[in-house]
Amino acid sequence: MDDGSERNQGHVRRLWGLRMSNPMRIRAQENQGIVDVKILIRHDMESGLRKGEDGVLVPAWYIHTLKVETQGAEVFNAQFGPAVSRDPFVNFRYQGAKGDKLFVTWMDTKNDSRRDEVIVS
Amino acid sequence: MDHQRREVMRFATVFGLMASIGLIAPAQAEEWSRAAFAEKSLDEVFRVIGVNGADTSSALTFTAPEIAENGAVVPVMVSSSLRAEQIAILVEKNPNPLAAQFFFTARTEPFVAARIKMAETSRVYALVKAEGKWMMAVKEIKVTLGGCGG
Amino acid sequence: MTASILRLSLGLLLCGSAVWVCAQSSTEDVTQYRDMLVDSNPAELYMAAGEEKWKTPHGPKQTSLEHCDLGLGNGKLEGAAAQLPRYFKDTDRVQDLESRLMTCLSQLQGMSEQSLIDAPFGEGPKKELDEIVAYVVSRSKGAMIQVSTQHPKAQAFYAMGKKAFYTQAGPYDFSCASCHSQDAKRIRLQELPNLTSPAGAAKAWGSWPAYRVSNGQFWTMQHRLNDCLRQQRWPYPVYGSDLTIALSMFMAVNANGGLYQAPGLKR
Repeated sequence: MDDGSERNQGHVRRLWGLRMSNPMRIRAQENQGIVDVKILIRHDMESGLRKGEDGVLVPAWYIHTLKVETQGAEVFNAQFGPAVSRDPFVNFRYQGAKGDKLFVTWMDTKNDSRRDEVIVS
Repeated sequence: MDHQRREVMRFATVFGLMASIGLIAPAQAEEWSRAAFAEKSLDEVFRVIGVNGADTSSALTFTAPEIAENGAVVPVMVSSSLRAEQIAILVEKNPNPLAAQFFFTARTEPFVAARIKMAETSRVYALVKAEGKWMMAVKEIKVTLGGCGG
Repeated sequence: MTASILRLSLGLLLCGSAVWVCAQSSTEDVTQYRDMLVDSNPAELYMAAGEEKWKTPHGPKQTSLEHCDLGLGNGKLEGAAAQLPRYFKDTDRVQDLESRLMTCLSQLQGMSEQSLIDAPFGEGPKKELDEIVAYVVSRSKGAMIQVSTQHPKAQAFYAMGKKAFYTQAGPYDFSCASCHSQDAKRIRLQELPNLTSPAGAAKAWGSWPAYRVSNGQFWTMQHRLNDCLRQQRWPYPVYGSDLTIALSMFMAVNANGGLYQAPGLKR
């Protein structure tokens, strides 16, 4: 049934987005001073090399930057190319504490952007 | 060329806008390294990201499956026993070898896991820059395609 | 003996590279791959979207789905999906998850069932239904599969599903049984579960619906059945039709006692 992952995710709030993108799934858990952060994002990550069902190449469209900040400092910065999988997943760790407010932002090649906030549990 | 210039300007405008409304500090507004991702050979990527020789090292752990059921999603994990500044993942046989790169600050642990696309069976390189020096690990990951999609 | 030598040499031929890799069983090799993906299944993205849809007023009647009865009572979700398909008194029908959700969408929200049936897979109202399915099944993860054939109609649907399972039709005379009635069969490197055995049925029934990494899509069982029939070169079934519910009934009952682990992750 409920494996607790829903509770452990913390409260994810959408703060700012240019279009109606989906909220990220962010799990941030602290253990002995290290916060483990897992991020799952709904995004097609089109490489520009794939043909759609009509046989026409689907234009490239992918997240190129993902940043995570807390207390005004950046703790993670990722640059993605089109070879990052659809519905991208990333897992990183940083030195932090329960209650840290994390701001996670992604930007894509259509100049779309999304920021979600999560509290470390 | 003109299109590229316009693209760069658009990015600059977006970053500028974001900086001006206080969403990101101007110092953190790094340009996404388009050039590195556009390169088509391992050597060229190494050159652009500043890898001038990298030794294999026991300080680097690269975890990835030997066989990926589907090249669309291949999980990879890289960690190091030394403090890392940067990690890069390259797939030799992809049209553009650089899949992703990660930049760390003092508080970031030397660890990252991600999922990448592989066009075919290929050597995958994990590069870690620690204390100013690059280390590397290579794994060949086989990509299979199954039958019906169960 | 000769059969396994033949299969091994075929395997070598197909693999082309390191001999020792091909000599191992195809399912063992991919365990590490699957293990590395099981945490943070992209299906969670669909689950989150589905939860929002479950709780948000929608449609001409501007109601949420929170009073939808999936067999355990109004709004009772825990373990409900693991007991479907089942007979429902209010509709006097045996229904699977998708068809029962369509009943709720139309009765509670005033949505048109026909437009749901007609919509292409993965688009518009079907995509919304997929998300709701992902959420609903997540509330049964870890439950035991318990599908009842007590009611005569449920019993009849099991029999119909079994009959359909073994019916050969289409230009290649394929039945479901052509691929899914024996142990240890595969197509290329894709294992084919034996849906007639309790273990095989539990493994298959208990892991759908699922996110498929090969196309980055979330597929419900209705979608999976539609594609199976397409591969058999049968005509496309009507979404939520008695045939599809009966086939699900057959698999689910065979899977009874197994673990419901949806939403799953598939190649």
